[in-house]
Amino acid sequence: MNKYIPHTPDDIRQMLDKIGVDSIDDLFADIPESVRLQKEYDLPEAMSEEEIRAYFKALGEQNQQQVIFAGGGAYDHYTPSAIDALLSRSEFLTAYTPYQPEISQGTLQYIFEYQSHICELTGMDCTNASMYDGATAAVEAIFMAVAQAKKKNRVLVSATINPTLVSIINTYAKYKGINVDIIPEANGHTDRAAMQAMLAEGDVAGVLVGSPNHYGIIEDYTGFADDIHAAKALMIMHCDPSSLAVLKTPAAWGADIACGDGQPLGIPLSFGGPYVGFLACKKELVRKLPGRIVGATKDVDGKRAFVLTLQAREQHIRREKANSNICSNQSLMALHITIYLALMGKQGLREVNEQSYGAAHYLHDELVKTGLFTPVFPDAPFLKEFALRATLPVKALQEYLAKQGYMAGIALGDCREGMDDCILFCATEKRTKRQIDELVKLIKEVQL
Amino acid sequence: MKYYDKLIFEISRPGRVGYSLPKSELTIGNSQFTIPANLLRETPAELPEVSELDVVRHYTNVSNKNFGVETGFYPLGSCTMKYNPKINEEIAHHPSFCGLHPLQNEESVQGALAIYYHTARALSELTGLADFTLTPFAGAHGELTGLMVMRQYHLLRGDTKRTRVIVPDSAHGTNPASAAVCGLEIVEVKSTANGTVDTNDLKGLLDDTIAGIMMTNPNTLGIYETQVVEIARLVHEAGGLLYYDGANLNPMLGASRPGDMGFDIMHINLHKTFSTPHGGGGPGSGPVGVAAHLVDCLPNPRVVKEENGKFKIQHSESACGRVAAFMGNFGVVMKAYTYILSLGKDIKHVGPIATLNANYVKESLRDAYYLPVDTVCKHEFVFDGLADKSTGVTTLDIAKRLLDYGYHAPTIYFPLLFHQSIMIEPTETESKETLDDFIDIMHRVAEEALSDPDMVKSAPHTTPVRRLDETTAAKNPLIKYRDLN
Repeated sequence: MNKYIPHTPDDIRQMLDKIGVDSIDDLFADIPESVRLQKEYDLPEAMSEEEIRAYFKALGEQNQQQVIFAGGGAYDHYTPSAIDALLSRSEFLTAYTPYQPEISQGTLQYIFEYQSHICELTGMDCTNASMYDGATAAVEAIFMAVAQAKKKNRVLVSATINPTLVSIINTYAKYKGINVDIIPEANGHTDRAAMQAMLAEGDVAGVLVGSPNHYGIIEDYTGFADDIHAAKALMIMHCDPSSLAVLKTPAAWGADIACGDGQPLGIPLSFGGPYVGFLACKKELVRKLPGRIVGATKDVDGKRAFVLTLQAREQHIRREKANSNICSNQSLMALHITIYLALMGKQGLREVNEQSYGAAHYLHDELVKTGLFTPVFPDAPFLKEFALRATLPVKALQEYLAKQGYMAGIALGDCREGMDDCILFCATEKRTKRQIDELVKLIKEVQL
Repeated sequence: MKYYDKLIFEISRPGRVGYSLPKSELTIGNSQFTIPANLLRETPAELPEVSELDVVRHYTNVSNKNFGVETGFYPLGSCTMKYNPKINEEIAHHPSFCGLHPLQNEESVQGALAIYYHTARALSELTGLADFTLTPFAGAHGELTGLMVMRQYHLLRGDTKRTRVIVPDSAHGTNPASAAVCGLEIVEVKSTANGTVDTNDLKGLLDDTIAGIMMTNPNTLGIYETQVVEIARLVHEAGGLLYYDGANLNPMLGASRPGDMGFDIMHINLHKTFSTPHGGGGPGSGPVGVAAHLVDCLPNPRVVKEENGKFKIQHSESACGRVAAFMGNFGVVMKAYTYILSLGKDIKHVGPIATLNANYVKESLRDAYYLPVDTVCKHEFVFDGLADKSTGVTTLDIAKRLLDYGYHAPTIYFPLLFHQSIMIEPTETESKETLDDFIDIMHRVAEEALSDPDMVKSAPHTTPVRRLDETTAAKNPLIKYRDLN
């Protein structure tokens, strides 16, 4: 019939005979006439592979590949070649969720390795088999905190996290009936005194902070965990997992839950997805952890094996009272970062951070040297992302540089009040000195 | 082949590397890393130290312990494990899309936005709904997004009482869970003996607190809800909306459209009906479609086409909110769009052939397995265990024995309507020969259940590992490498 449907007319005849009907149409006789499809779909004729290639090539040409000097939640890090080759193995790619562990040890084992990596990076005791993305992982972390607190229904979110993340949290909270209050910022940092005052008002189940924060600043959270725990709330830290090769872990800060997006671990930008979220916690919270968890066990012959475990948690046994509706994960993308972390290893991930730090600080210093920019938060420590105030009109500058093939940061005025003249720049290990020098040269020469 | 049981951590040797970074002039040594010490981690993360070949061989060996659609027949009910075409992968990996930053200026991503726009148009045509968001990451995420749309619609009209949603007792488990997360109270509607919604029971449940009803059609028994038009009339008259769980959309391609049936909101599992791979549990994609009166409630951001033919990303005040940082699993959308273009108008054959395959397997096996609801099915059907259960062989045993014969097991113990459910969905991409071989093996297993029940009860025997001790795993969770030592 076509290359995806192998049936010959003879096959169809024999099958209909076995069923005992005259035509395939007879199998649809139960559908009321008024809702039977009576027309041809208004779709193009089937395309051959060559036509499809040409079609997408033409669409691809309507995109512009830019040199990326921006982050904002998606970072242009190096992707080792071996990852795609392994991910395209059909045994990984075309498998379903590992419900039959005897023939799914491949998936189960790499999820176990993934969980080991995430716990290693975050310092946490437990994690699940992955989440959709960093934002939904943060939402689930908040749900966990509210469920753990039982009767408390309010969460505090730092103003220094990405405003897009705040709007996602607000969306979920609106429907689930959770109150979200924003902790004000002071000079790009979460205002600890303000948080203490808000905690003192009571009813707080959890507090969400970011590291590095939306401005790229590595905040000092000394004392935060004590404040939060004194109010019997949970501390949730949303972080960049790549940075955790060098930065203090959420566990070391005293956080109870760590979450974030795995994209910086070598997942291509891919216009926003697929990425993968991670969610990790202290062992006291493991039974509140949504999604799937893989555990080690033995088979009847004593062989080491892996299996989905702790399945008897809340969402499975009391589905109408579920705290999460998470069913699947982003398994293949979890494999992506598992292989990435194996290839980069202890030394490589550190080097990625050092090179990103070097590139970003060079870019920062060169831009400031032009006299056209000043740091928004002078002396605040950063890794690969930083905010500058521009004397040039931000939108016009970005538009001009986009035409030259550069994505020159993110306009902070789009998401933050009073920051119309600010740009959030980023440079990773993929940015070369030459690319940075060219960008700076263009900016110096621009006439707007 | 030798059984491989190493973890990546167990082949690690200090000093080995598997990457190459340029010797950048921007590289700095540790000493110049001027981040204050109290912000840095004290001990390094114990990541593996392995060569590239170590990694490639390790994961190749690990993959050999897995069963995918390309390994063999995967009759997993409700999961639509159809073939995942190669061209989809080739297109989705094209460098002119993989390198795009999600926040690039609109002008520079017109090709990507065109794919969003045209995929949404095609899904509208196939379902009879006005518009789609492609942002939700999975079926369950689509359900939740769709329910947010439902609630937002009522809230925008000032109709704040509507906080309850009707869900059939046979529904997919995610339906009530999604409703609960969306702050809705679940009201269960009974099924009739053949598993369809009991319209008399439904009538008694409808009032001005009902936000809507969630339905799957065909339902979880693979049976078309023939009362759907009447149900739509009743729910609409009561001021509620109809939500279509698109998990079972595959047999409807070429047969019947949810929008025409009267549904207002639906989600689609691109990883089922539109042939994108399941990836061992994701990434999937769960686009949500709505009828015209609900378009303004779709989540932000949306892709629209302007009069000059340019595509634009739009935000609306009336949207139900925002459900993801960017615009979903774009790579998965590209695969689904490739599939739609590959079949074009011929996509109309998908539903009929999927239905033919399911009925053929059902009729061929009903002598050996108990068919609790004897009627024409659509894409899938359910047996309630063996016809002859005298030797105590259960559905679980049958499932495990099938693994020995090189098949993935059907979905088991779902739906919950029967004690020994075996749910089979062959999909349209499987040939008559594949089905005939499966039918033979299913007969053989039924015979073995009588002639050698202990052998079936202790299956599988030939898989990489055999039955697992799940109790100890749950009692003493070992979930990371450090827990093993």
